Amino acid sequence: MSGMFTKAMARNIFYGGTVFFFLLFLALTFDTEKTLPKRDNRENLSAEVIAGKKIWETRNCIGCHTLLGEGAYFAPELGNVYTRRGPEFIKAWIQSQPTGAPGRRQMPQFHLTDEELDHLVAFLKYSSEINTANWPPNIEG
Amino acid sequence: MQYKSQAVAKPYFIAAIGLFIGQIVFGLIMGLQYVIGDFLFPTIPFNVARMVHTNLLIVWLLFGFMGAAYYMVPEESETELWSPKLALGLFWIFLVAGALTILGYLFVPYATLAQMTGNDLLATMGREFLEQPLPTKLGIVVVALAFLFNISMTMLKGRKTAISMVLLLGLWGLAIFFLFSFVNPHNLVRDKFYWWWVVHLWVEGVWELILGALLAFVLIKVTGVDREVIEKWLYVIITLTLVTGIIGTGHHYYWIGAPEYWQWWGSIFSALEPIPFFAMTVFAFNMVNRRRREHPNKAAVLWALGTGVMAFLGAGVWGFLHTLAPVNFYTHGTQITAAHGHMAFYGAYVMVVLCLISYAMPILRGRAANSNKAQVLEMWSFWLMTIAMVFITLFLTAAGILQIWLQRVSDTPMSFMAAQDQVSLFYWLREGAGTMFFIGLVIYVLSFFVKGETKAASA
Repeated sequence: MSGMFTKAMARNIFYGGTVFFFLLFLALTFDTEKTLPKRDNRENLSAEVIAGKKIWETRNCIGCHTLLGEGAYFAPELGNVYTRRGPEFIKAWIQSQPTGAPGRRQMPQFHLTDEELDHLVAFLKYSSEINTANWPPNIEG
Repeated sequence: MQYKSQAVAKPYFIAAIGLFIGQIVFGLIMGLQYVIGDFLFPTIPFNVARMVHTNLLIVWLLFGFMGAAYYMVPEESETELWSPKLALGLFWIFLVAGALTILGYLFVPYATLAQMTGNDLLATMGREFLEQPLPTKLGIVVVALAFLFNISMTMLKGRKTAISMVLLLGLWGLAIFFLFSFVNPHNLVRDKFYWWWVVHLWVEGVWELILGALLAFVLIKVTGVDREVIEKWLYVIITLTLVTGIIGTGHHYYWIGAPEYWQWWGSIFSALEPIPFFAMTVFAFNMVNRRRREHPNKAAVLWALGTGVMAFLGAGVWGFLHTLAPVNFYTHGTQITAAHGHMAFYGAYVMVVLCLISYAMPILRGRAANSNKAQVLEMWSFWLMTIAMVFITLFLTAAGILQIWLQRVSDTPMSFMAAQDQVSLFYWLREGAGTMFFIGLVIYVLSFFVKGETKAASA
């Protein structure tokens, strides 16, 4: 890397390349936003789902679980838990925590009201209906 | 040191190392909770320990980056810092805000913390790595902007080198992309899509500019190789970084509801992401081989070479391992991701910050390099921490492969928790390697207190 190839040339390629690929990224983002309504289940974004997402966030669920594969790897994937377990099981499970079984991983008790539990389940149902290109590979997540 | 105002870097480095210790302690707690599930429950549930572990990492690396900038920019610009007082004031603001946030995580239930800190006004909390309460997020923006103002003003009144320009560009990018942490759409897919504009465009984008600038600075100092050569390399490396890394964001968009063409864009561009890291390794070794002087600080040279190798292995090789969409279909959200995350953060960002500290700290303490005895101890800590991290990564990779096999590939797939029980041996081994890492860290800290004969600082 000497002789013909100068520092000024390297710098120009850097700025040119960065600007080009950032613009390409913006164009792909624009196209993604146009395509998303067909995939992201937004028609089911009800007030209950939105309230449920806030419960999901303020209890820091992502600190142990994954949601569509993102989060912590300490506890099961919840993007498809609605199809795996169903609404009643989910509510009963959350209410019965922690199990207190010695040596087992423990989930905190969040003291959610019946309404809050319904919202959270609505959010998990909405999440399970997003088109994720058939991920996860099977129902176990 | 050449400029008096460089001294403000010292408290930043000390705070960085202090928070690093905290990060590792919480890492060990989490590692134990993986195998003894109820360890410290309910005092410190896993999710709290994890927030503390990851947030401390981010904060101490930011302390490291800021300290590095305060040390490097006066020397590169050949002028005193625009305002050392502002730099010192920001240090205390950032330290107190960071400490309060961590204490909030530990002693206030997260939902209460959200309520207390205005999450109802603007809901930004409860997303991975962006768990900080609203005031902390705003504080980060204010500190970052005031810091950038100080650094930019310093550069404007002095010499403008490629290294300081690249550093500044990376730091501005860091601040700008952090603004997406305030974007939290109700729509989960769009939430995740823009969340990556902070996380990916930080660690596989603008942070690599900072990494490149720090490494280039130390290499100029310790090898005496011509600045023109080193800065040309720097431009080539960061070109490769951003050309592959920006579109490479697509490797996070495979399974979150985004259009499926991202499987192609993401796979192709992120498959090229190891190239800049390989170039960095070649760069570091090449410059050290062509050195024109024998710098007395051998430890700093070791960290520089180590950064090249470990960043390539952790970010490059372990990233490539699971980046292609057909592979990622099975590995997404497993211990493979954790394995990659650990080695990539250590190899790229932890090591480059420790490299700069290793180079700058002796000078800040009035000597060109530490005594031979202190350096030998520091090099011991280098090898202990680095080898421990290799083992952590290998054990987590083994756990990940087994987990995928039992839970996702098998004809009779196991449930998540059943599969976790099957791989617990590897979690125990990982905890052992983590303990070795901690011992390395203790030795690292001790190396600062070892005396011995030193030469006075000349440059």
